[in-house]
Amino acid sequence: MIHSLFLAKEKAGDPENVAPVLQTPHHYLISIYRDKLFFVSVTQTEVPPLFVIEFLHRVADTFQDYFGECSESVIKDNTVTVYELLEEMLDNGFPLATESNVLKEMIRPPTILRSVVNTLTGGSNVGGTLPTGQLSNVPWRRVGVKYTNNEAYFDVIEEIDAILDKSGTTVFAEIQGVIEACVKLSGMPDLTLSFMNPRLLDDVSFHPCVRFKRWESERVLSFIPPDGNFRLLSYHVSSQNLVAIPVYVKQNISFLETGSCGRLDITIGPKQTMGKMVESLMVTIPMPKSVLNVNLIATQGTYTFDLSTKVLLWDIGKLNPQKLPNLRGSLSVQPGAPKPEENPSINIDLKIQQLAISGLKVSRLDMYGEKYKPFKGVKYVTKAGKFQVRT
Amino acid sequence: MTDSKYFTTTKKGEIFELKAELNSDKKEKKKEAVKKVIASMTVGKDVSALFPDVVNCMQTDNLELKKLVYLYLMNYAKSQPDMAIMAVNTFVKDCEDPNPLIRALAVRTMGCIRVDKITEYLCEPLRKCLKDEDPYVRKTAAVCVAKLHDINAQLVEDQGFLDTLKDLISDSNPMVVANAVAALSEIAESHPNSNLLDLNPQTINKLLTALNECTEWGQIFILDCLANYTPRDDRESQSICERVTPRLSHANSAVVLSAVKVLMKFMEMLPKDLDYYGTLLKKLAPPLVTLLSAEPELQYVALRNINLIVQRRPEILKHEMKVFFVKYNDPIYVKLEKLDIMIRLASQANIAQVLAELKEYATEVDVDFVRKAVRAIGRCAIKVEQSAERCVSTLLDLIQTKVNYVVQEAIVVIKDIFRKYPNKYESVIATLCENLDSLDEPEARAAMIWIVGEYAERIDNADELLESFLEGFHDESTQVQLQLLTAIVKLFLKKPTETQELVQQVLSLATQDSDNPDLRDRGYIYWRLLSTDPVAAKEVVLAEKPLISEETDLIEPTLLEELICHIGTLASVYHKPPSAFVEGSRGVQHKRLPGSAGSGESVESPDTGSAAGASDAPPAVIPSQGDLLGDLLNLDLTPPATTGPPPPATSGLQLGAMDLLGGGLDSLMGDESEPPPIPLRTDTPQSPQVLHQSPSPPDYSPTELGGDLGGSSAMGAGFGAPPPAAAAAPFSAPVSGGLDDLFDLGGGVGMPMGAYSPPKTVWLPAMKGKGLEISGTFARRAGVIQMEMTLTNKAMSVMTDFAIQFNRNSFGLAPAGPLQVLTPLSPNQSIEVALPLSTVGPVMKMDPLNNLQVAVKNNIDVFYFSCQYPISMLFVEDGKMERQVFLATWKDIPNDSEAQFQIADCRLSSDAASNKLQGSNIFTIAKRTVDGQDMLYQSTKLSNGIWVLAELRVQTGNPNFTVCLKCRAPEVAQCVFQSYEAVLKN
Repeated sequence: MIHSLFLAKEKAGDPENVAPVLQTPHHYLISIYRDKLFFVSVTQTEVPPLFVIEFLHRVADTFQDYFGECSESVIKDNTVTVYELLEEMLDNGFPLATESNVLKEMIRPPTILRSVVNTLTGGSNVGGTLPTGQLSNVPWRRVGVKYTNNEAYFDVIEEIDAILDKSGTTVFAEIQGVIEACVKLSGMPDLTLSFMNPRLLDDVSFHPCVRFKRWESERVLSFIPPDGNFRLLSYHVSSQNLVAIPVYVKQNISFLETGSCGRLDITIGPKQTMGKMVESLMVTIPMPKSVLNVNLIATQGTYTFDLSTKVLLWDIGKLNPQKLPNLRGSLSVQPGAPKPEENPSINIDLKIQQLAISGLKVSRLDMYGEKYKPFKGVKYVTKAGKFQVRT
Repeated sequence: MTDSKYFTTTKKGEIFELKAELNSDKKEKKKEAVKKVIASMTVGKDVSALFPDVVNCMQTDNLELKKLVYLYLMNYAKSQPDMAIMAVNTFVKDCEDPNPLIRALAVRTMGCIRVDKITEYLCEPLRKCLKDEDPYVRKTAAVCVAKLHDINAQLVEDQGFLDTLKDLISDSNPMVVANAVAALSEIAESHPNSNLLDLNPQTINKLLTALNECTEWGQIFILDCLANYTPRDDRESQSICERVTPRLSHANSAVVLSAVKVLMKFMEMLPKDLDYYGTLLKKLAPPLVTLLSAEPELQYVALRNINLIVQRRPEILKHEMKVFFVKYNDPIYVKLEKLDIMIRLASQANIAQVLAELKEYATEVDVDFVRKAVRAIGRCAIKVEQSAERCVSTLLDLIQTKVNYVVQEAIVVIKDIFRKYPNKYESVIATLCENLDSLDEPEARAAMIWIVGEYAERIDNADELLESFLEGFHDESTQVQLQLLTAIVKLFLKKPTETQELVQQVLSLATQDSDNPDLRDRGYIYWRLLSTDPVAAKEVVLAEKPLISEETDLIEPTLLEELICHIGTLASVYHKPPSAFVEGSRGVQHKRLPGSAGSGESVESPDTGSAAGASDAPPAVIPSQGDLLGDLLNLDLTPPATTGPPPPATSGLQLGAMDLLGGGLDSLMGDESEPPPIPLRTDTPQSPQVLHQSPSPPDYSPTELGGDLGGSSAMGAGFGAPPPAAAAAPFSAPVSGGLDDLFDLGGGVGMPMGAYSPPKTVWLPAMKGKGLEISGTFARRAGVIQMEMTLTNKAMSVMTDFAIQFNRNSFGLAPAGPLQVLTPLSPNQSIEVALPLSTVGPVMKMDPLNNLQVAVKNNIDVFYFSCQYPISMLFVEDGKMERQVFLATWKDIPNDSEAQFQIADCRLSSDAASNKLQGSNIFTIAKRTVDGQDMLYQSTKLSNGIWVLAELRVQTGNPNFTVCLKCRAPEVAQCVFQSYEAVLKN
């Protein structure tokens, strides 16, 4: 059964290319590939695959949350906790508790201190009482939360997915945004978050805590937050709106028809940055397999070329508008090999602090239901998602 | 201090040591030992020997230890059923624990122990837990019922757990409701007819309320359950939609997709002119787009579903083309799906963008993806006529790259473009011919050969080109061989003088040196054609081909409807109905979309049928060549109605069929509006000699065919004295080797019987007829409806002066002449009378529809009786609809005018069924085979012009047929179905 998964993996070459739903003679394998691990579920009956995939991701999220990372060694190191978690999360194919705060009340995450204490006292990491969130109308929040410092932070993170063609024209661009929250507030706070320009948000997915009716009628986010870190909202600014592209790329990658070399020349400059600094700029180019090596000079930053994967990586850092970074030089191609058929694509990574490129701005955060005054903060950051320039 | 240490104890005597530790007094030691046991279990070591020791640890108040022991129990109880009993007491005790967590845990674990003896003990605790005061316990118990049902369904029913479960749908706690729904849905899946989820407006309302309050997983169960409900009217439909739409903004993509399913289904019921309908359409696009920014696995499932949605409602995503543009680092399975959807969304408005993208993809690294991109360019050309020229030039650019697989793929699609736009782009042939040598894939070679054959007159060295392929004839794949045979025959018909040798060579290669029956059959058909009547051969082989349609690879409409009802399920990922692949789904019910509102018009009007545009071709008396060939095609060579001709399939038989069409016979299919020839042939002795057709009417049989063949002086005579035009083809090859094939061919045709006529039944018993007994039946003979009666005189006196009259009836049946009883009927004498009927009499709707009230008079009295005629008597000979018309009509008739019936225990193959039905003027227009299920598309016309369209589904090995009838006058469906059953079973 699992053998067929490995077969599929072998066939696909790259494990990322294994199709998520596989059919074997008697079963269906639904899998996800995350952190170099396959999470597989086996079913014999009709089941919504998205349901299973979502659940598998939730399992991986939970491991990540509990153990700080999600790897083979971590799972082995914590087998018993993993077992206990799976037991609590799933019953005969029915998901039970998947909210992190509910789980944490039933099974405490391992910490070094606790395992030492448990060893000495024979205590257990399994809670003995029914988690309060399990059945309440706000299953995501437990009661009796107490903090000395009450604080609520919101990060507006936007990623630009874009495809630019050879001439720099935008073929396709859209923004994937999320608002990640870190809320540490005592009691049962009821929050309201409002925006300067809520019209931008026409395609949104909410955390279950958000009251949909209020959003529909008033365009404000009203919610009783879960305790700790959670994703409040994800949104999508579609390709039909104009999406600002923060950098331009002037590039020329060419291979000679005969002879064994090619040329590369790339310059990056700022385009629509709204006056902000572009940071952590990085360029990745998967070169054709026949490229043996590169001989380039970078005016800024450093470049590396991985001889086995043929990936050229140019780490630039900050983009200085006065002195544009440039990378140029020659590519040596395997002698006798034909001119590469494909055009490599240039992938850009970047980060702009204090800017949500869609223009989204939080106007205010109000709290009801509790008396204390919390610290509040909103941070904005824009990153490149799948940002690709064709050559 | 990590758990991995548990994995490393591999020394000998491990089990012994563990045993000691499990029995230790120290709690901590015990727990550590159980952890070690669990770890060993995980890596597959057999630790079942420790069963009693582990079970001993069960009685503890340490919850973690308890959970671990439960875990162990679930794993090993099945292999140690007797020992598992030891645990029962603790379970029962735990089910009464004051801590709800423990109660729930106990009932949950018991449900997972699949040992019969344990299940008996489970019932009482489970009953208590289902009514527990704590909702956490109730919701756990609800799931437990489903588990128990899986182990012992009868027990669950006997104990009345199903009713308790149904009651839980009205529970005050939304989580309990959700789990009850989930459990019931799971149970219902294995009992399709149990009507467990009896959905009515009240329960729906409860579900909708719970929907807002339960967890995301519960929402999915509830939404999937809602999707099975059929609202009473459009208003209810709208109100449910309104309450479901907020789910589209949920962060869980499975919730979103289940909500999409409910909306897609209920939308069918909303009138299209309703404002809300438009609003709903607009609301559906953003969530679908958002699904595409999720993890790749989710994207994949979403894309497979979007593929269905854009086929059903292209308007939803028509402006969202760009989100389907392929990104460089998408996994390949996402790339291929996106490409598919891009083509579906391609239109004149966005074609330039799409083409630019596709051209970009064609230079990517991944070979599969590049191929599909090239193919997509061809599909665009066929779909969007305005872009054809641009597509062709893009393809030419790609051919210039000389990349081997790109060139081959391009040639395959250019062939399709030629089929769609004949005589437009032939200027590129020269470029194509340059690449002849680089083609090494069968499909590309076959495509190129087709092009050369089709345009032989414009290619100076066509004969040389084809000859070059002929050298390695036997090494080629069947696909190429068949195509080569056809191409050379075409060449010969176009340039007869220079290519005799070539055609002779290929025919002998195909008929004598090949083991492939398809190839031999085709070789013989051409051979006979060419030798008998080259002019006819030309008409057949070089006939104009129907244009291929852009509708290639669209999912067949009924299947699509069913799949829309299964959005989000495995079925939607595989694009197959669940019944086709889900193991253990015993008799999954086919789901259908509800019909749209306000289409209830179904007045019986004779005009609606003919309005569908069927041709009123006069019944042909003499079967033409077309008929004969049409006949052959009727076997099962007929490609499915919805798919266009190529791409050629790879399976042998199918392939032969397709190619035969490609060879020119398909034109005959396309314009064949005449009635099918078979029933006529039985009545027309003057059918001319076409091919080797013998004019032997009803007893025409394979043997006859063979004999006739032999009779044609072993073909040699035909060759010896060739008709003038055939002089160019001096065949002399012996033919004996091929006779068997022709026998086969004949055998396959099979003769349909005449129209079905039920046995006579007594209509008027002598008791009521004052001694006159009438029994009778109806028959349709040579297009005339006859009432065939046996009149028996059981009285003592002679009867004379017979006359007959009908009351007004549904189809205007009336005697076409007087009742011919010429001689007086003496006592104890019987006579047979056949009364021809016409259908132009006065009409009045009867109940049942096929009821006929008759009055018979004689010298004694007037007698009344009523009888029912099989409606198949009214099926007229020209009831064969054209495919296109059929397709259009089928789509056009609203779904609520559709009726579905089962014919049980009918052990016929689909071909035999088709033949039988054809005898009663139910004509098969197309046939397709999906997953071992044959679907026959059939049409029938009633004497009053009403058309009835049918889909007959025959699953190999399953004696139950499904008939799906669509008609603008749905009242006739029942009667038509009865005829189906009668015809098929007799």
